[in-house]
Amino acid sequence: MALLQISEPGLSTAPHQHRLAVGIDLGTTNSLVATVRNGISVVLNDEHGRAMLPSVVRYTLDGRVTVGESAQSAQSDDPVNTIVSVKRFMGRGLADVGDTSRLPYRFVDMSAAGQAGMLQLRTVAGVKSPVEVSAEILKVLRSRAEASLGGELVGAVITVPAYFDDAQRQATKDAAKLVGLNVLRLLNEPTAAAIAYGLDNASEGVYAVYDLGGGTFDISILRLSRGVFEVLSANGDSALGGDDFDQRIHCWLLEKNQLSALNPQDTRLLLTLARAAKEQLTEHEEARITAVLSSGEVIDNVLTQDEFESLSKNLIQRTLQPLRRALRDARLSVTDVKGVVMVGGATRMPQVQHAVGEFFGQTPLTNLDPDKVVALGAAIQANLLAGNRSSDEWLLLDVIPLSLGLETMGGLVEKIIPRNSTIPTARAQEFTTYKDGQTAMSLHVVQGERELVSDCRSLAKFELRGIPAMVAGAARIRVTFQVDADGLLNVAAREMGSGIEAAIAVKPSYGLSDAEITRMLQDSTQHAQDDMQARALREHQVEANQLLEAVGHALEQDGMLLEADQRARIETQMSVLRDTLQLTDQRELKRAISALNETTVSFAQARMDKSVAQALAGKNISDLEVK
Amino acid sequence: MTHGFDTPKNHFQLFGIAQSYKLDIAQLELAFRALQAQVHPDKSAHLSDAEQRVAMQRSTLVNEAYQTLRSPIRRARYLLSLQGVDTQEETNTAMPLEFLMAQMEWREAVADAQQARDADALGQLEARMKDETGELEAMLAVKIDSEHDYAFAAGLVRKLRFMERLAEEIDSAYDELDN
Repeated sequence: MALLQISEPGLSTAPHQHRLAVGIDLGTTNSLVATVRNGISVVLNDEHGRAMLPSVVRYTLDGRVTVGESAQSAQSDDPVNTIVSVKRFMGRGLADVGDTSRLPYRFVDMSAAGQAGMLQLRTVAGVKSPVEVSAEILKVLRSRAEASLGGELVGAVITVPAYFDDAQRQATKDAAKLVGLNVLRLLNEPTAAAIAYGLDNASEGVYAVYDLGGGTFDISILRLSRGVFEVLSANGDSALGGDDFDQRIHCWLLEKNQLSALNPQDTRLLLTLARAAKEQLTEHEEARITAVLSSGEVIDNVLTQDEFESLSKNLIQRTLQPLRRALRDARLSVTDVKGVVMVGGATRMPQVQHAVGEFFGQTPLTNLDPDKVVALGAAIQANLLAGNRSSDEWLLLDVIPLSLGLETMGGLVEKIIPRNSTIPTARAQEFTTYKDGQTAMSLHVVQGERELVSDCRSLAKFELRGIPAMVAGAARIRVTFQVDADGLLNVAAREMGSGIEAAIAVKPSYGLSDAEITRMLQDSTQHAQDDMQARALREHQVEANQLLEAVGHALEQDGMLLEADQRARIETQMSVLRDTLQLTDQRELKRAISALNETTVSFAQARMDKSVAQALAGKNISDLEVK
Repeated sequence: MTHGFDTPKNHFQLFGIAQSYKLDIAQLELAFRALQAQVHPDKSAHLSDAEQRVAMQRSTLVNEAYQTLRSPIRRARYLLSLQGVDTQEETNTAMPLEFLMAQMEWREAVADAQQARDADALGQLEARMKDETGELEAMLAVKIDSEHDYAFAAGLVRKLRFMERLAEEIDSAYDELDN
């Protein structure tokens, strides 16, 4: 009798095995993790049965990091080292934060040091980047998921506000990279919510998703038809959310009690009470706020729903402007909208529901929990991306929210990719040299809708080097902007005459360089260097097995598309990879993985052409040129 | 590599629709979705890097082709380029005086409406602009599809480009009213 083959746990590659994938809602106030279990999307709770992990990270002197409820309960005692709403700092410089005196942190302005401009926070455990703080939250969610699902994750879909720019998206992806979490996709939060809603209700027509989270506001207009979710436009404000409503109550308290310049402890205390009052006012006519400040002063005020409504009126107005713009960009009017989906805890406020209902002339949909719907949708997408077959097959077509452009003469912006372009998308632009013999050129990439560079967000500066020396105007440098399905930009350049690939040095304006990420990786594992190598090896082993499985499966299915010598080359690389798997050299393994990948590119193209041909009976796009 | 099927020469063949200015948008949408359902990167997120890269390139091309055909002005430009006709939108500035005068009046009217914060006036201008754009597009269909008068059609595209800029100005005027 043949022996049964049993693979090592976590390395199993049986083709029809369920792959563990999760959706993560990395929120400003709370974060959640969800997965699809037995065909149903469910939020995973912690050991105390709590679904929501407060997005609060505390650093202590002994080097310990606490995340969630326990960190939150310490925020009034230790506000400087307890980071709340870190999402607001992702991919942002100090100048973006505005009035820093209202926040209890010790900010470090990195742009002053001539480094990447993302702000950092000085804690008792050292200086921390918002990316590192977010990574701590992701780490807890991953452990929760792995404990709950009983295995290692293939990857995660992480949600971001639709209105996040490139720097904010990149920072989110970097946070995942820092904890070794494979990002299957960055998914826009309103789109995730639409998946959860749409697949639930089998809806058709145009829908608006109004997503007011803890610190961000998004509006997305989508068209749902026969399993296709097509985002028509997105707009928003990535610095407006439920936190701002707390701030309004906080300011009201200061005014009522004629207080000024509170210490960090009192500021945090009043903000916490302000939030509690806001939540109370969702169901009650009034809320009483009582506190004893560190000076011994007693605070005792009653806030009514009417007063709160007038305090927050212009915050709600600020959400209506993006609404109008999104509709205009989609070339639609209010009457075209069949339903309005409410997402985010802040949409529980009655005045928000009222204002949105009035704007659209219909009662908004609130039948799914606004706190959980994003995570639930992300889990459904993660399940699909991980390759788990489900009965529903759908397609998601999303857009970039903000135009991408280049700086031209006089500090003006030349738009290269307009906002609301369906992704993935690419656009090429040709440039020439200004001087005889010029061999380098610099490019400044910006994102935003305004005409002046100074009014847009600086994403990166590129230097092209190695341009062949020619007379001025003779070189033709083709710069290609490619936005991938995560909404992230990549830039490539080539001198067309010589075919020389110009080298690009990227200086991200707000992001982290690869060197910084490496440094953070080392920091986070300095006591566990072996651990890190073991993990990297393990990740590569999993990747190698998945690749072997995928290629083997492809050969079985479509091997007839290959000439004998092509097939032989692929099979050789496969056996090289199989042999390398027996060793424990992670670098060799990585090399063998890329070698097999390279060898299969044309096979992949042929396979895709075949499936396209089957779908469209005789059409093929392999030689299509963008004109 | 062996292919058992034809290679498309252009965007129309890609979507399997007739090469003409007049276009059944619903049919284009259906073909676009059917293609994306095959090539979108989400379909190969679990496959090898090579397959993911190919998917991104193909999906990008399908998006580009779709946007080109969907937009009336880009479709005209593209059809003319297939005929070897350059619309010379940057270089050819010879416009009928009458048309240029009308454009100036339009722009003043938009600026006035913006200044007066008059959304109704802006709405009326927008409606008139859409009418005129529609007329130009109807004429393009005749010149390209029936008369094959591509030089004339190129002139119409240059006029449409003016209307497109006007539409952008109306949009930004609306934005200003919102602020």
